[in-house]
Amino acid sequence: MSHLRVRALRKSYGTNVVVDGIDLDLVRGECFGLLGPNGAGKTTTLRLCLGLTEADSGEIHVLNVPVPQEARRARARIGVVPQMDNLDPDFTVRENLQVYGRYFDLSKQEVDARIPALLDFAGLGSRGDDNIRALSGGMKRRLTLARALINDPDLIFLDEPTTGLDPQARHLIWQRLRQLVAQGKTIFLTTHFMDEAERLCNRLAVMDQGRMIAGGTPRELVDRHIQPQVVEVFGDSAESWAQQVGSGLAERCETAGETVFCYVPDATALIDDLGKRPDLRYVHRPANLEDVFLRLTGRDLRD
Amino acid sequence: MAGHWAPPDFSLRCIHVWRRNLLVWKKLAIASMIGNLADPMLYMLGFGYGLGSMMPEAFGTSYLAFLAAGTVCSSTMMSASFEAMYSGFSRMHMQKTWEAIMNAPLSLDDVVLGETLWAASKSLLSGLAVLMVAAILGLCASSLTLWVIPVIFLTGLAFGGLGLIMTALSPSYDFFVYYMTLVITPMMLMSGVFFPAEQLPMALQIATALLPLSHSIELVRPLMNGTLPAQWSLHLFTLALYAIIGFYVALALTRRRLLK
Repeated sequence: MSHLRVRALRKSYGTNVVVDGIDLDLVRGECFGLLGPNGAGKTTTLRLCLGLTEADSGEIHVLNVPVPQEARRARARIGVVPQMDNLDPDFTVRENLQVYGRYFDLSKQEVDARIPALLDFAGLGSRGDDNIRALSGGMKRRLTLARALINDPDLIFLDEPTTGLDPQARHLIWQRLRQLVAQGKTIFLTTHFMDEAERLCNRLAVMDQGRMIAGGTPRELVDRHIQPQVVEVFGDSAESWAQQVGSGLAERCETAGETVFCYVPDATALIDDLGKRPDLRYVHRPANLEDVFLRLTGRDLRD
Repeated sequence: MAGHWAPPDFSLRCIHVWRRNLLVWKKLAIASMIGNLADPMLYMLGFGYGLGSMMPEAFGTSYLAFLAAGTVCSSTMMSASFEAMYSGFSRMHMQKTWEAIMNAPLSLDDVVLGETLWAASKSLLSGLAVLMVAAILGLCASSLTLWVIPVIFLTGLAFGGLGLIMTALSPSYDFFVYYMTLVITPMMLMSGVFFPAEQLPMALQIATALLPLSHSIELVRPLMNGTLPAQWSLHLFTLALYAIIGFYVALALTRRRLLK
């Protein structure tokens, strides 16, 4: 069953094309991750899917409801975790959930019946009457997630759900998101954390400059776009070593600052050579999603 | 997007926006009510007794009664403007409360309508507070005074809409100072709160006749005095026009700001 269907979606601001003809298909129960550097068009894509801005052209169906034409009806079955927390600072934890439930026309009884389970889910079981200002960043994020579930949505959008959180808080959010997928919810998240994407998502797409430049499972992306082994070489003479030796032994060599990244199917020859070079340090590891991401979107800063 | 000026598309869910603001207000109700009363009381009693003792029968009634009617209106204007601008800007820009609401099945149109109704409701409380003090002082002559209540609400709608226009245009809180100094304060001084507008030079009289506050006062003052306002339908019509046009412009400008 299609939970999100996007066709030939385009959006530009003046001459700046932010979303440049993308297609998306999400089926029930999958966790889809949209990756991309800052300014790639991820958040705009999300806003388009929610009906918060109008596309120049293209079609969007969310849970088989056309957006933006019937965006309100679609949003009644969606949960949203925005990039920045926008909890109500004047309310307690419980009041935040109660007031948000009203926006969905839920009765007070219905909302109050759902709150204990949601607070447990967010690990805030005993904090119901606390003021929002008393919560840590991780707690606020979990409460925002709980708030997004108040209407028992079929599809949940998360915009960079763990940005700014410490590792413990991130792991807890990931665990909760996996629970939601196990319950059959569909998740659409944007992120620029590769470990997050690798752990959570069963399908990914990489977006850059408004276009989808690659897609597939995390494993497929690594297999398709990069050699399986990486040797990172550090040291003052790393660059000259790369020119003389590295580039001959590796299929691809990239220099970033004082580090040389060598991508190879088999690293034995490289390691043998590096063993004779006490002036160079190196790390040998399997290729990961971050290598793919940098390969596809380049190493330049995107501010 | 050409759709900024599209006709409004409301749902009944706008009432949830109003209720959200009510819940916040309840937490601060006492402080808020004291604030609503303190400022207008200082003006009314200070000027009323101070100036009033020097001109006992200048305007057909006591100066205190004259001023009380003006203060009901100016206090309503202030309250609606402050709510729509400072509090509205906090909810729109600082706390991103509107954004959170729009992720639920409400449109921006619902939010702006809910906010306008809320600003009018809050200003109704301010206007009523002053009206009650006037009644206690024996300045409300007849049961016609009850008609002041819907006029206050309509005045609140007009100034709520105008305030939300400023909010939609504002880059920061500082921006509202211009509107307060250049629009609201002159309006309060010229529209007949403290002295009859007829005392002004003709050009200024014509200018004030176009401003919403003078129409509100032209309705409230006779009603509190126990007479039916002359040309009441014209004044009601003008206030309603301000309310409707103000709301529509505020909606279009807010759409332009937030729905890009």
